Amino acid sequence: MTETRVFEGTESGFATTKFEALLNWAKKYSLFQYPFVTACCGMEFMSMASPRFDMARFGAEAPRFSPRQADLLWVVGTISQRQAPALRRIYEQMADPKWTLAFGTCASCGGFYDNYTTLAGIDKVIPCDVYVPGCPPRPEAVLDGLLLLQDKIQRGDRTPAIVKPRTDPVPRAKELVSTERLRLGPRAVEPKSKP
Amino acid sequence: MEPLDQDLEEGELELPAEPMMLNMGPSHPAMHGTVRIVVELSGETITKADVQIGYLHRGFEKMCERGTWTQCYPYVDRLNYVSPMLNNVGFSLAVEKMLGITVPERAQYYRVALGELARICDHLTCNGAMAMELGAFTPFLWYVRAREMIWDIFEEETGARVTHSFGRVGGMAKPPTAYFKDLVRATLPRVASVVAESEGLLLKNRIFLDRLESVGKISSADALELSWTGPCLRSTGVPYDIRRAHPYLVYDRFEFDVPVGTTGDNYDRFMCRQEEIRQSMRILEQCLEQMPDDGPIDVDDPRIVMPPKNEVYNTIEGTIQHFKIVMEGIKVPAGEVYSYTEGGNGELGFYLVSDGSGTPYRVRIRPPCFAITQGLERLIVGAMIPDVVPTFGSMNMIGGECDH
Amino acid sequence: MSKAVLEALKTRFGDAIWDTQSQFGDETAIVDPDKWFEIARFLKSDPRCAMNMFVDLCGVDYPDRDPRFEVVLHLRSLEKGHRIRLKTRVGDAEADTAEVDSITPIWGGANWFERETYDLMGIVFRGHPDLRRILMYPEFKGHPLRKDYPANKIQPLVELLEGPEKFAPFGPDEGMPFGRQTHEYNRDDPKMVDGREHPNPSPELPARGPAPRKSLAVKES
Repeated sequence: MTETRVFEGTESGFATTKFEALLNWAKKYSLFQYPFVTACCGMEFMSMASPRFDMARFGAEAPRFSPRQADLLWVVGTISQRQAPALRRIYEQMADPKWTLAFGTCASCGGFYDNYTTLAGIDKVIPCDVYVPGCPPRPEAVLDGLLLLQDKIQRGDRTPAIVKPRTDPVPRAKELVSTERLRLGPRAVEPKSKP
Repeated sequence: MEPLDQDLEEGELELPAEPMMLNMGPSHPAMHGTVRIVVELSGETITKADVQIGYLHRGFEKMCERGTWTQCYPYVDRLNYVSPMLNNVGFSLAVEKMLGITVPERAQYYRVALGELARICDHLTCNGAMAMELGAFTPFLWYVRAREMIWDIFEEETGARVTHSFGRVGGMAKPPTAYFKDLVRATLPRVASVVAESEGLLLKNRIFLDRLESVGKISSADALELSWTGPCLRSTGVPYDIRRAHPYLVYDRFEFDVPVGTTGDNYDRFMCRQEEIRQSMRILEQCLEQMPDDGPIDVDDPRIVMPPKNEVYNTIEGTIQHFKIVMEGIKVPAGEVYSYTEGGNGELGFYLVSDGSGTPYRVRIRPPCFAITQGLERLIVGAMIPDVVPTFGSMNMIGGECDH
Repeated sequence: MSKAVLEALKTRFGDAIWDTQSQFGDETAIVDPDKWFEIARFLKSDPRCAMNMFVDLCGVDYPDRDPRFEVVLHLRSLEKGHRIRLKTRVGDAEADTAEVDSITPIWGGANWFERETYDLMGIVFRGHPDLRRILMYPEFKGHPLRKDYPANKIQPLVELLEGPEKFAPFGPDEGMPFGRQTHEYNRDDPKMVDGREHPNPSPELPARGPAPRKSLAVKES
């Protein structure tokens, strides 16, 4: 909400913003989700909903097992050709505004099941907003995808997005030097001046 | 037509007497997303049921015919995704039976340890999910917390949380880490305490007990006829456990009990799984005690096992050996074999046909839940609609395995 | 261990047992398809065999052989703890007469296994109470586990949206050659596959083979 401006000086203060931005802000933190869980990724979905990763921190904890009450469709797992009509029907039952998140490689592109029975990605049947690769993706990656989706909702952007792989947060050599400097003081790691 | 608007006789005011057809699934929250049950109802009683599976058919058997024997591991992992390590071990044993090799003792203990950890995960997930479907959300969160502890071990050992692809023909992908035993020893008491606490939450809950006890009953003769195996068969009182009946790996060196039920209802299946978690922990303790700390993890056969990386890069023999195994695959002698292990749900069988090349000719899995799910119809006919949920939950139907 | 069962079978049925094998510790009997039901019932009822556990039933396709399919049955005895594999051969080269008696009346557990074998292999089980497709949907044509069914020939139930055509998850020059269709790709013109222009995306998808990977071609040019 970069457009928001806060005026102070009166007793309570007030803020101005665009109505659209306010609406989007409200939408992104109140996502009611419908988990369409079919396969292996469901195991990671359980983990993500459970206390350690705790999806509830991001305003998306309320599962609705009726598509009519849901905003966000999680497609968790492989979708077979037999399952595809059911998936499309569920998507059509959802009320606007609605978003879709493909959880895992199978939902994104079919994964390594390149065969007669597997649908090569849910975007062959329904539109998809965010793709989270991984087989199954780690819960951190999925949370990343959720944040990406919230960002997209705030911006009103409907182009599909993919969660990018991230490197481990291991300090790089440069950062190591700076932490070393913190610990030992500036002189310890200063390069020796040339004679 | 509005019946009340018309001037009708007393008897005609009743609702139409035709049976009502109802679809449960495939997107029903208690159907795990992959099963559809078409039930015919008379009131709330089920008079007829048709269980339709196949919503997660992913063509595992066809895919395995396309790669090498080693390339089957990722597919095998995703059969029973709740306990992938047991599948890995089962498939490794099947191929090794064809090759006629036995892995070193350390690898055998390692397989047992990882397999039993996976079995604990399997039972935790099944019982937790069943509790959740009956409305008990807190125990589910606790069970998942306990499962996370075990997954941490798996992550340390294999690098993956769920689908490890860690088994190899003739050994394992990596030897156990130096702190494997300490990790397991530190984790098991924590898991045990969480399991005991959750059990306390559930087993004193009248609603939970009422929905389990004497619901979904099956006799041992019926269960045998339907070729049930695993905890579901044991809950009817048949003490058939492959680890005991046909010991593989080093299971004959451990002391453990095979828990059996008496009536074969949902409660017995739940309790069998709870008890098996404790027995698995017993096996794990003995296994860690006996497991050698050093020694080879792979068989000493360059035709089967990949050479170490520095040999691949520095010697021509290593390069050729690596190339042959990766590009052509392990040459498995022609013939066919049926190998069986105790999976999370029962007898996990692999029927493999080889034509002597590096690619499997036919890979057939005998999925335990396939046989178990076909008994669902028999259990729910005559029961009420709400009984479907605990009955189905206690069977532990895993889509990937059941639908191949 | 179960050699005694094989002996019992041979003495009882004689010529109907075509062959017996013992390989990798598994005992196998290949039997006449006409006597399939009778032999199965004998195995369950005879006290020397007492095969009361049905374990597995599946089919294997050998397109080069004359009876094309093998139906493979695994049995186990709970009391004696022994196992046996029973095989029979059915079907001609066109797979028209692949029929065998159903054993569901003997072991109720065979019901779904026979349905699955019918679904994926196309072997008909005579006398089965409810022989329908089980894993594939009823609209599906053909039997996918037969060797002549292309592995990635899809039969979609819903119309697929416009979009890039289904391509293999690996690029044209990645992956390994065996078992997979390899295509010749023209690096300069990514539309050219196997020396001809690849058809535009349409509901009639090609039976096999990946479409050119557009992003890859752009990167290389």
